[in-house]
Amino acid sequence: MVHEFTCIVCPVGCRLRVDKGGEVSGHKCKRGIVYATEETTHPTRMLTTTVKVNSRVAKRLSVRTSRPIPKAAMFDVMQALATVEARVPVNIHDVIIHNVAGTDVDIIATRRLAT
Amino acid sequence: MTWDIVVIGAGAGGLSAALAAQDDHVKVLVLEREAVLGGILNQCIHNGFGLHEFEEDLTGPEYAERFIDAFHERGIDLRLETTVMGLHETRNGFVVEAFDRRAGKLDIQTRAVILSSGCYERTRGQIRIPGERPAGVMPAGSAQRYLNIEGYLVGKEVFILGSGDIGLIMARRMTLEGATVKGIAEIMPYSNGLTRNIAQCLEDFDIPLYLSHTVTDIRGADRLEGITIEAVDEDFRVIEGTKKDFAVDCLLLSVGLIPDTMVLESLDVKMHPHTRGPKVDHTFHTSVEGLFACGNALHVHDLVDDVSEESRRAGRCAKDYVRKSLGKGETQLELIAGEGIAYTVPSTIDLSRFDDLIRCAFRVKRKAQTATFKLIQDDTVIASRKARFVAPAEMEHIDIGPDDLKGGHAPVTLIMEV
Ligand code: SF4
Repeated sequence: MVHEFTCIVCPVGCRLRVDKGGEVSGHKCKRGIVYATEETTHPTRMLTTTVKVNSRVAKRLSVRTSRPIPKAAMFDVMQALATVEARVPVNIHDVIIHNVAGTDVDIIATRRLAT
Repeated sequence: MTWDIVVIGAGAGGLSAALAAQDDHVKVLVLEREAVLGGILNQCIHNGFGLHEFEEDLTGPEYAERFIDAFHERGIDLRLETTVMGLHETRNGFVVEAFDRRAGKLDIQTRAVILSSGCYERTRGQIRIPGERPAGVMPAGSAQRYLNIEGYLVGKEVFILGSGDIGLIMARRMTLEGATVKGIAEIMPYSNGLTRNIAQCLEDFDIPLYLSHTVTDIRGADRLEGITIEAVDEDFRVIEGTKKDFAVDCLLLSVGLIPDTMVLESLDVKMHPHTRGPKVDHTFHTSVEGLFACGNALHVHDLVDDVSEESRRAGRCAKDYVRKSLGKGETQLELIAGEGIAYTVPSTIDLSRFDDLIRCAFRVKRKAQTATFKLIQDDTVIASRKARFVAPAEMEHIDIGPDDLKGGHAPVTLIMEV
């Protein structure tokens, strides 16, 4: 299968193609090759979302993964968070869930909510 | 009590301006209509903020938190849940008419004001989409607030008009929350969003982007039931026979932001016809003495890092104004947006205070692979800069120093050559 996607390493936004043998084309510089290889072998994404919280000022607490997770795990993590409820006070970067959905990555708060 | 400077709004702009303006000799009060600091950053839960300011990739709330911490450490005076209703000039400053949710109506005396009230979203009425007027059609930023702060998903089957970054971000956000985003229509032949957002918000989830398309019909009695999009030509005229229908219960509009300058209504402030914010000189001084503006209330930015940087400069200038009892400079050199340039901020340079390099922000009118920006005074090029991959969606900057001026007080024109 030929993979085709946009390089996001710089604003040029080259359209990259990776063929069956892992050969990269469409890149205007070497960084595109590194990105293309990563994207086809183990694509990862930072996931940012919210969880329920019992705060006075917001019904949702913004959170993110402590580091990028495999792209394919995004919806599993979303599902694991659907029933989570954080309790105030929350400090920025407090761990809300350890090892979410078996990814070995934590979910951490990105905001402080005192009350 | 009389303040030296009242800052209106405690988002990225207001926080940064207040931090730069306050010291032992300058009394600063910040007014914020919400119950928390940080403004719009609180609902921008995605990452991509702070790459210039901190050389880190932060989410919106994390970015805000850095400034909020510094703000509290400095003990700057603050009134939350206080909405400014209007400003009135007095002999030595302003009366700020405000409404505090608990204390009621307040009249606050100050020598100077920094307007950092952010921007608001263009709505359906302002872009005139034909069709019925059911519920379910709303600005993308409002939907973002509902979802990220209130926890309420505004639709299950979604279409988005406008491919600016807020639209792209919301496409991913609603998809992750279980909605189906059926597509994004963009009237221009290219997206106004960042490449990174096109890749990670649309391509990751196979959301189609219809370039050179616009929404031409909206259907539904109470609740939105469907929309139609059609292709347009270079002059934005609808091309016959290109109709596509989508059954959706939600249409998000990501069609532009406008500086929120409502509180200036009672003053005679010269406004900029393009940015729709006030006109300012290079010290961020508006045409009304003692009134400064920065951030999205001045002109809409694409990067919060630029808002912080600009507002810091505005804060310093306002502080100089009150400490040194400066007036409004009489000799203003005009800065003109010439060929290929949509606008510049500032609009003028106050020559009595032009003693250092100044950073002029501007936007180009169209995309180009390579471009040269030239500052011209009296038919002479006084400064120039080369750039690659310029686009209207990306703000550019050029520096001018006092030594660059060769033609005295003659206006300076900025042009783009491709
Ligand atoms: S391949 Fe190189 S030039 Fe092209 S977008 Fe990626 S980093 Fe930029």
